[in-house]
Amino acid sequence: MNIFDFFRERKKDTASIAKERLQIIVAHERGQRTQPDYLPALQKELVEVIRKYVNIDQDQVQVALDDQGGYSILELNVTLPDR
Amino acid sequence: MAKVLVVTSGKGGVGKTTTSAALGTGLALRGHKTVIVDFDVGLRNLDLIMGCERRVVYDFVNVINGEATLTQALIKDKRLENLYVLAASQTRDKDALTQEGVGKVIDELAQTFEYVVCDSPAGIEKGAHLAMYFADEAIVVTNPEVSSVRDSDRMLGLLASKSRRAEQGKDPIKERLLLTRYNPERVTKGEMLGVEDVEEILAINLLGVIPESQAVLKASNQGVPVILDDQSDAGQAYSDAVDRLLGKEMPHRFLDVQKKGFLQRLFGGRE
Ligand SMILES: Nc1ncnc2c1ncn2[C@@H]1O[C@H](COP(=O)(O)OP(=O)(O)OP(=O)(O)O)[C@@H](O)[C@H]1O
Ligand SMILES: [Mg+2]
Repeated sequence: MNIFDFFRERKKDTASIAKERLQIIVAHERGQRTQPDYLPALQKELVEVIRKYVNIDQDQVQVALDDQGGYSILELNVTLPDR
Repeated sequence: MAKVLVVTSGKGGVGKTTTSAALGTGLALRGHKTVIVDFDVGLRNLDLIMGCERRVVYDFVNVINGEATLTQALIKDKRLENLYVLAASQTRDKDALTQEGVGKVIDELAQTFEYVVCDSPAGIEKGAHLAMYFADEAIVVTNPEVSSVRDSDRMLGLLASKSRRAEQGKDPIKERLLLTRYNPERVTKGEMLGVEDVEEILAINLLGVIPESQAVLKASNQGVPVILDDQSDAGQAYSDAVDRLLGKEMPHRFLDVQKKGFLQRLFGGRE
């Protein structure tokens, strides 16, 4: 690798960060578009229930419905704070 | 008392979101508690430019509809203590923002923040109208290009008449010009309107001139407001603009063609 490639490599760097970020957010938003509209309310109520016991932030609960064709998986991801 | 700033332009794609992110971050960097609000309903983008797209749970419309509190919807910046983002909704419902709802949210934000920066959508429709309606100051983002300058002038007319300040008979919205994507080389060649030309036509106070810069794309790729790239020309130009916003006198930089140094010539320009 000569010095010019080195600079070109570095240039590609932020572009690949951009690509990764986009892949994540686009997949997430496409998923949301096809999700039933009760999910936000479900998420909100789940947060309220969990908050009775543990103090968590809104973004520490992720609810996703994954359509697997014949069936769907409801995925609940809760990040609990460090103790 | 809080200051509500609107970053507006009329024409699309001139750099409003880049500017909102940069100025809001700059204000927070200087210790002012700041929130940047995305008014582009349906086409949320500020979150990407700020790098918080994965942390949006509730948005502006959720708050208006009472589905979330403001505290729940505000996203705290990971880098700066004083900086928050309120994301736009991705809903396709054009009437999701109401004047009453927006007013309530802005007034609530004004109680806890020093600066509320409103990132306006393009156009002169409802979204753009609501973004500016509650503003105390407007930053009119303009590119040195005929349609952008004309649209900015159009915006100036609306700012003067269609605002809460105007309707309440208060002093009008303070208007400032931010000329972005400026290319001194092309201005020198006579291919691009110069800063004096645009100032003369629009006849408003100049907040700053942001050069066309590769640093802007690099920053947006990474979700870092370009003002945090303090080595870059655009970052420094935005930083000067923030100082002017806070009342400091700063000379305008990056208006002349930069002489390329030996290394820059060798490697084809700095990024
Ligand atoms: N100073 C600059 N130098 C180079 N590119 C820039 C500069 N400012 C903005 N851009 C680029 O211009 C494009 C539009 O910028 P931005 O999204 O900030 O505009 P906008 O006015 O918010 O657009 P919209 O009207 O769609 O909301 C982006 O690709 C951005 O990277
Ligand atoms: Mg925008």
